[in-house]
Amino acid sequence: MQVNMTVNGKEVSEEIEPRHLLVHFIRDQLGLTGTHWGCDTSNCGTCVVLVDGEPTKSCTTLAAMTGGHEVTTVEGLEVDNVLDPVQEGFMQCHGLQCGFCTPGMMLTARALLDKNPNPSEEVIREAISGQICRCTGYSTIVRSIQWAANHESAVSIGSAS
Amino acid sequence: MQVPAPFEYERATSVEHAISLRERLGEEARFIAGGHSLLPMMKLRLANPEYLIDINDCEELFYIREEAGEIRIGAMTRHRELLDSDLLQQHFPIFRDAEEVIADPVVRNRGTLGGSLCQADPSEDLSAVCTTLDASCVIKSTSGERVVSMHDFHVGPYETAVGDAEMLTEIRIPLKPNGSSAYEKVERRAGDWAVVSAGAAVWMDGGTIAEGRVGLAAVGANTTGIGPVSDVLRGATPSEELYQQAGDIAAANCSPQTDQRGSAEYKTHLAMELTKRALRRSVARATGQEA
Repeated sequence: MQVNMTVNGKEVSEEIEPRHLLVHFIRDQLGLTGTHWGCDTSNCGTCVVLVDGEPTKSCTTLAAMTGGHEVTTVEGLEVDNVLDPVQEGFMQCHGLQCGFCTPGMMLTARALLDKNPNPSEEVIREAISGQICRCTGYSTIVRSIQWAANHESAVSIGSAS
Repeated sequence: MQVPAPFEYERATSVEHAISLRERLGEEARFIAGGHSLLPMMKLRLANPEYLIDINDCEELFYIREEAGEIRIGAMTRHRELLDSDLLQQHFPIFRDAEEVIADPVVRNRGTLGGSLCQADPSEDLSAVCTTLDASCVIKSTSGERVVSMHDFHVGPYETAVGDAEMLTEIRIPLKPNGSSAYEKVERRAGDWAVVSAGAAVWMDGGTIAEGRVGLAAVGANTTGIGPVSDVLRGATPSEELYQQAGDIAAANCSPQTDQRGSAEYKTHLAMELTKRALRRSVARATGQEA
């Protein structure tokens, strides 16, 4: 079947099998390997992308179901060589160790800040509670998101765009 | 890599369209709502539909509203909307209690009330919530609609009253005065299926309980409404002794199985303890005394 969707602002039209999962579509068909593929059971959250601005586990979503919708992957955070404040925050506050959970963490953070520019620590922890960091670097991830909240620039991606 | 077996994909743009597709494609077709239970089951080959009918474009199924003395919820209403709804929080705080412990925020962006009920997992939280609240389910087909109670909706584990050419479209919860509700769940890790959970709802008449209901998850073939508990609550004055009596009845009326989530003995104890806690909290809320 043919599927059409917008990925990081670009229209894509691809031939897929209906059973193709969104995570494999993004990684294998579009070559956007920033989206990681982890537990395959919607538990770990490293495959999170934004669908119409909402964090969504792409290992448990069919590419076919995303047809007609807008997808943002981690590659879509940086625009014209300007990093998203969330990316900048992860650099400034050492928000990653091995980096495997990072794309999902950053996209969830982006969606959170689009809705709530000034979240409390509790709200941040709740927002990322569907994602697992096996380095257990949660404190620095939370600090990274707080850094981003304190340094939001005019650049905004995701549901606010 | 876990991938579902091959199937054909159809997208329905309205309830009418969805039902006509279902009618045409027959028993090998399944609706897919959020997909966060069905797709994992398909990856494991526990479900092998030949056709998936995507109902995420059925916009008329997304709502929570008050109508005709009931709260009516469209079957495609997502967990997040149930969690955030002020209308539900005002009338049935049990929803927010349950939603806070269902899966995680990202999964809650996709999963739906109708999908949860139709999966008919005996451990599923919203089924226990709807059982507790004496909800009924609207099932549509080309020949019209019928309304069935939660008791009749779940025929057995993973089996509902919804026929091959039918669709669950709405959940209705009766509104009665001076009521409140609560949900208590024990799980092995955050967001997991319940080891056991208990919902309670009470409607007060001054200092006494006019009506009370308890629903349990993960202690039998379906989520279970405990009728004998309602019998002792009716007309009773709230007290610790009453909660204990209700808890003992709940424990005596459930039939949990020993599995990897816990022993039957432990689950029976939880049924007692969680019934007590849920009733205590419901009464505190209904009488404005919640800490």
